[in-house]
Amino acid sequence: MLRRMLGKTLGFVGYTIQYGCIAHCAFEYIGEFVVCSGPSMEPTIVNHDVVFSERMSRHLCRIEKGDIVIAKSPFDPNMNICKRVIGMEGDKICTSAPSDLFKTHTYVPKGHVWLEGDNLKNSSDSRSYGPVPYALIRGRVCLKVINRNFSFFIFAKLDKPVWFKSLLHGFELWSSACA
Amino acid sequence: MITLTLDENLLPSDRGRFLMAQQVTAGRRYLRAFVSGFFVAVPVTVTFLDRLAYVARVEGASMQPFLNPEGESKCDVVLLNRWSVRNYQVQRGDIVSVVSPRNPKQKIIKRVIGLEGDFIRTLGYKNRFVRIPDGHFWIEGDHHGHSLDSNSFGPVSVGLLHGRASYIIWPPNRWQRIRASLPLDRGPLDNEED
Repeated sequence: MLRRMLGKTLGFVGYTIQYGCIAHCAFEYIGEFVVCSGPSMEPTIVNHDVVFSERMSRHLCRIEKGDIVIAKSPFDPNMNICKRVIGMEGDKICTSAPSDLFKTHTYVPKGHVWLEGDNLKNSSDSRSYGPVPYALIRGRVCLKVINRNFSFFIFAKLDKPVWFKSLLHGFELWSSACA
Repeated sequence: MITLTLDENLLPSDRGRFLMAQQVTAGRRYLRAFVSGFFVAVPVTVTFLDRLAYVARVEGASMQPFLNPEGESKCDVVLLNRWSVRNYQVQRGDIVSVVSPRNPKQKIIKRVIGLEGDFIRTLGYKNRFVRIPDGHFWIEGDHHGHSLDSNSFGPVSVGLLHGRASYIIWPPNRWQRIRASLPLDRGPLDNEED
């Protein structure tokens, strides 16, 4: 009797560990569902949208300009931010507002990315805290699953917009400066 | 009374077919065992390495004399404890592995000198004194001048933390637990000095 109880308990623990590990691998290497909050990515992603973020392109270093990514906040590793990648390493980024007469530029350092929210008026992003290390990126948002009203499911693929902020591809400049 | 065993009863061609069928079922059983074992072993291993502990070889001279004291000829192997850094809690003096902010594919192993809010006297950084911002720490190699550390790229975000080195496991004669210890002349400045 006792032996049977013990065997059952051990079997249960084993299955729990096994499925826990499979769940960890799925969340870590395939993707996860994330509830977004906050106004910084409006109108692409509004408050309480559920999005699916896939992890593989981050592990394979396939994040590109224009992708929406979920990253750890550089100032609080327990908090996540959802922003759009505006520049990769070596790109020249315009940091001044469109209305400014004198434009200021900065280069994204090696191994970093420049993140900005789509809602430029209401977003704290790389414009306030500078470039973010690439390794803080957790995943690329590829699907919007539920919209705000929770009334129906939409599987909207979030494509890259064609209206990139006008940026100068300074990679040649960057590599020549390094050499 | 006639008793025939199965083998005697079979024609030679039938026997071959029977053996083949037996082989197929055996092969199927092996395949099933392999697949189920695969689905247990791989996720468990990956999760163990991701969450609990990780074994890594230390390359380079940046942590001499504590790690790699004999130079390039022998590489130390350390056990990285990943469970203790799950909440990003580290102490000053711990040896930690961090994803390099310059190259996300590379991991570097350094000593934590200062945590968020500390004032640090830098060695060759652009500012002579630095206050570590929130969510960052200051890491340095023990071998000053031969180490690519916070003195070249500034404070590092805690989110890049990968693991805390807790044991040297190779070579065996230097097997030891790694304790947090700050170098004598390094560390945060006292508040009174500021």
